[in-house]
Amino acid sequence: MASFKPTKIHVYPKLGEKVTQDTLYWKNYKAPIQIKQFGAVSNVAFSPVAPYNFAVTAFTRIHIYGPFSQEPIKSFTRFKDTAYSGRFRSDGQLLVAGCEDSVVRLFDVGGKTALRMFKGHTKAVHLTDFTSDRYQIVTGSDDYSCRLWDIPNATELNTYREHTDYIRCGVTSKLNRDLFITGSYDHTVKLFDVRTDKSVMTMDHEQPVESLLLYPSEGLLVSAGGRFVKVWDLLKQGQPLVSLRNHHKTVTCLCLSKNGERLLSASLDRHVKVYNTTNYKVVHNFDYPASILSLALAPYDESIVVGMTNSVLSIKHKKSPSESKDSTSQQRRRPSYRMFVKGKNYIPKQDDFLVGKQVKEHLAKHDKQLKKFNVSKALDTALESWTRRRKPEVTVAVIKELNRRGTLKNALAGRDEQELSRILNFLIGNLVDARFTLVLVTPAEMILDIYRSIIGQSPVIDRQLLRLHELLERELDYQRELLEVLGMLDTLFASSLPRNAVELSLKNLCCCARMENNTFCLLEVL
Amino acid sequence: MVEHADIRVVHRGGSKINFRAPVISDDSRLLLCASGECVKVYSTSTEECVHHLRAHTDVVTGVVLRPSNHLQVYSCSMDGTIRLWDFTDAILIKTYVIGQPIYSIYASAQHNGMFHLVAVHLQQSTEQLVEARELSVVISHVSSNPAAIAFGRAGEYLASTKGLQLEVFFLKKQKSNRFSLKEENKKGRKNTFSCVTCHPTDDCIATGHEDGQIRLWRNFSHKKEYTYSTLHWHHTTVGSLCFTPEGTNLLSGGVESVLVQWRYNQDTQRDFLPRLGAAITHVTVSPDGTLFTTTHSDNSKSCYTLTAQALLICLYCSRESIETDLLIDPRSKALVMNGKPGHLQFYSLQRDKLMYNLDIVQQEYIYQSDLQQFEVVKAAFNSSGNWLATVEREQKDAELELNLKLWAFDDQTQSFVLNTTISAPHENRITALCFSPATDSQTTTVLVSSSKDGHFKAWQLTYLQYEGPCWSCDFVGAYHGLVPSCCCFSADGSLLAVSFQEVVTVWSSASWELLTTLSQPPGDIRDLCFGQLSCSKYLLGTSTSNLLLCWNLLTCSCKITAPLLMYTSLPTFAVIAASFSSLLSVFVFKPSEPRPIFSQKAVCSGKVMRAVFAPREEMLESCEESSQWLNRCQLYFLSQHMDLMTFTTKAEEDKLMDSSKQLVIDDTVAMTPFHLLLGKRRKEREDSARPYTAGLPMSLTHVSSPSQLLQTPAHVLPSTSYLCSMFVRSLLISVTDNRSVTQYSYSTNTHSSAFTGFILHGSTSVPK
Repeated sequence: MASFKPTKIHVYPKLGEKVTQDTLYWKNYKAPIQIKQFGAVSNVAFSPVAPYNFAVTAFTRIHIYGPFSQEPIKSFTRFKDTAYSGRFRSDGQLLVAGCEDSVVRLFDVGGKTALRMFKGHTKAVHLTDFTSDRYQIVTGSDDYSCRLWDIPNATELNTYREHTDYIRCGVTSKLNRDLFITGSYDHTVKLFDVRTDKSVMTMDHEQPVESLLLYPSEGLLVSAGGRFVKVWDLLKQGQPLVSLRNHHKTVTCLCLSKNGERLLSASLDRHVKVYNTTNYKVVHNFDYPASILSLALAPYDESIVVGMTNSVLSIKHKKSPSESKDSTSQQRRRPSYRMFVKGKNYIPKQDDFLVGKQVKEHLAKHDKQLKKFNVSKALDTALESWTRRRKPEVTVAVIKELNRRGTLKNALAGRDEQELSRILNFLIGNLVDARFTLVLVTPAEMILDIYRSIIGQSPVIDRQLLRLHELLERELDYQRELLEVLGMLDTLFASSLPRNAVELSLKNLCCCARMENNTFCLLEVL
Repeated sequence: MVEHADIRVVHRGGSKINFRAPVISDDSRLLLCASGECVKVYSTSTEECVHHLRAHTDVVTGVVLRPSNHLQVYSCSMDGTIRLWDFTDAILIKTYVIGQPIYSIYASAQHNGMFHLVAVHLQQSTEQLVEARELSVVISHVSSNPAAIAFGRAGEYLASTKGLQLEVFFLKKQKSNRFSLKEENKKGRKNTFSCVTCHPTDDCIATGHEDGQIRLWRNFSHKKEYTYSTLHWHHTTVGSLCFTPEGTNLLSGGVESVLVQWRYNQDTQRDFLPRLGAAITHVTVSPDGTLFTTTHSDNSKSCYTLTAQALLICLYCSRESIETDLLIDPRSKALVMNGKPGHLQFYSLQRDKLMYNLDIVQQEYIYQSDLQQFEVVKAAFNSSGNWLATVEREQKDAELELNLKLWAFDDQTQSFVLNTTISAPHENRITALCFSPATDSQTTTVLVSSSKDGHFKAWQLTYLQYEGPCWSCDFVGAYHGLVPSCCCFSADGSLLAVSFQEVVTVWSSASWELLTTLSQPPGDIRDLCFGQLSCSKYLLGTSTSNLLLCWNLLTCSCKITAPLLMYTSLPTFAVIAASFSSLLSVFVFKPSEPRPIFSQKAVCSGKVMRAVFAPREEMLESCEESSQWLNRCQLYFLSQHMDLMTFTTKAEEDKLMDSSKQLVIDDTVAMTPFHLLLGKRRKEREDSARPYTAGLPMSLTHVSSPSQLLQTPAHVLPSTSYLCSMFVRSLLISVTDNRSVTQYSYSTNTHSSAFTGFILHGSTSVPK
């Protein structure tokens, strides 16, 4: 007497991204902490000194958060209008911010009121930054000018009026106190030298420039604007190196990881992409719930801070080594070792009569029904909502098994409206899945055969049948298009590729044709 | 072509045992079953075949215990004789000549002094009762099916069924009652009788029907007032019915392969023993009621004790067609072919015994007559036996489902473990499957499969970073859209020959380039094979126009053509092709010579299904030219009746006879201390005569025998004077024992040195 063999559930190869070192690294963050702000978060900047607080510019306020606090340590609220670009000085003592009312304010991080007010611009100031000698400030404004200010006596040192549109971004050199770069909506990026009155280098980005970033070595410049991220070589007179187009909406922010090996770009399309800076391939991708305006990475990648248009600030902290280990190990407590060896180490004596214990076989629910030849019940258990949604391959395997036993028709027949609509729902969800099509076409045909006479009696079923019909028509069109594309590709490849590659692609074509055939037959029936 | 006197065809096992119901001896120790032209006696405890009762010249059709002497058995055969045997010692006692083919035999226990035999002769449709050589016709128009006749309680009446009629013949009154059923009852089911059995103590006849019903007839001594009740569980024909000796239970079995036990007079109660492996053809119960035996259509036999703990005696499974061909497992040297449905069976040629079944399909088998199931259709081993490739197929209407599975041999569990499953490897049937021979460990193993879809594919072993080795497609080849029929690798694995109808293409396995094409117009190529060792430059093939073709690959010219039908080729020494032509003769060729080196006509009756060359464990040293081809291998072939035959030389046969005399396992003799002493004494004598070949297993009993001797009651022992010297010697055993062990190990050493010499000759089969 052989034991019952459970239904073989086919293991399909996993599609989608492969696990790389990068995905492991970037997935090693905790669930995000979300903090509501008063308006869209336009800028996030980290303090360069420990404990690495960060300034969040949102609407008329700038909040400073500590690395692990959810409440702001400090708030600067003395703005008349929307504040922009709150940035720390390299010693972390001072903070500068522009404002919609064209005044640039300088704050002491410890104090509350502005230390200095720089007045001179005529329109909103979106760009403010300290030079590397810490005594000067660079600002850029919507009045097309950028100015250099002296901090101690709050005077304007120089004005540059070379841009022909709003200046919205810029960066100062950390190595040379005389250099700064601005990006403007006139599509250009200009490098200025304080010692001269003119720009020394101009690069054409071809899109309104939204963000600029200098590599730590300052040999390479990254600019973001429109959907493009471009990398320029400053040592070769601003020669473009690469142009990346991985976002499908405007890229708003750029950022480098701790050692400059990865570049992050955030965009209005709600994604943050991580690039490898050696080959500029996307290695990871984060999704966020709303369009992203600002992005910052804490030193040593300890946290990722993202500000969004829906005025939510999202902070992700890195998992500590112990936590990351915890998540992989089993959460549930297992029975102790003693439990397993209980009674096992007993050595039978000579006169003992050994009574064997039957090993109970554990069968899945559907297998238990199949063992008893309860075909309808087996199908019901396989169509339970959890299995149906999470593991459609189990449902498909049971349907296949029933079909092999020749009892699928019995299992499908005699259903009421609710049960039938459940089966139809499953078919609608999985019929065009290439892995399941071959199996599921049979039950679909059978349902049509069995329930042909009652069509029109139930509006629910009728609607579902119509949906199935639409789905098949769409799938058929899609397959046809694919075939056309394949045909085009083959004519292209036929001349250039060796022979067996052509055969392979021809094989794909045949596969497609077969699938089309199947769906077409079903459509005919419908 | 001369007939070679010293080479002859011998029967080497196999054969059907499910033709007729088996008989269990009174003490439930032995099981007798008709198998071809002989009756096999099996031990129920060890599953070994103890004796063959050979004398009949045609198929044995019935075996029955002699009611008056439970140590004797009658057997009847189509040759028209009934023979009486002493089955414990396999001695023929008497022969009765009837003169007409006998289809079945029955005996009644209650007729003392005389025995009743019922013989059925189909042509005249008469039934004959033999009483000490006097025949008398009792019932005419009986079925040839042995299950259609049964003796009733105390042998008073005889029940016979045919078609829709049940006939009860009362032996004392010499009159018969006939009861017939309507052709079809209301639901359109068939009422035809399929089997009949009678209750041992009650006046009750149980009949099985084709619609799955069982009817219990009572009160049948009256023509009109008879009654019957119906039991229904089976959904198709009831294959076999049997009452237990006490009459408390009724056992039935059928296609569903479920043994159903009905309580007599309590119709609602029944027990099941499901999933017995295959359709049940016969159910028998031992006379003491402790053992059930079921015989299955796949030629297996199982014994169950009453507590339903299965003791399986699966002797030999056979199918109608062996699609996988016969293979030899290079590791265990076992014969591999289709076994149970969805399984591959490994069958030991040396011991004529099934080793195990490997589950290939891994799917619940549903016992339904018209259901299409997955079938294993192709299998192949690589040369070291590490990998097994199988193809399974399910044909449902127009849809074809194919799976290619690759199994790796696991050294720890000593069995094959599934490594890769490739679903739908081809779009049509796979015609051939072969592994590349691994010449060294560095080269990767390649599997080539050719299919009717016009492609052949090469599958290669690749190593994934995390998941270990698995197989993936390496190359897809085609030739002018023709259908490939077979493929074959050369001995060094550098060339692959694939035949496309009448064209043979030769590919380089390193670069997958088409090197050359060979063609021989008339007829498609049916089989391909490369020569080995000294003949490795030759490529052999057979075509549908009955030609044996041989190409010399160095010159690309066709060398020999000879008209033949079917052939297989040999893996060792030099390629020798044996072919079975329509006249069932075997020709053995050397590829380099157009003349056959051996031929034999009419090797067996009926068709030869499959044939295979199996390497020998031990090389023979025959110098005769005609029998040299048998030195390294044996040609096994399977006849229509699933008999496994082989060719042997005379010298080999003599050797076998000697060894078989020592190896008889006498299960019937109880292990008494007396037997131990005597047996040991005999063994010692044999030891001195033949020191190397004496059996080792007996030595285990030496230690315990003196103490047992002392514990045995004195009155059962022989005289002290007789025992004394033996007893003293038995105390000295450890020394002699050691010596015999050292001798034995020495002998294995000599064997292994012989084997090394064997390897130096360049054989591909290295004994492990």
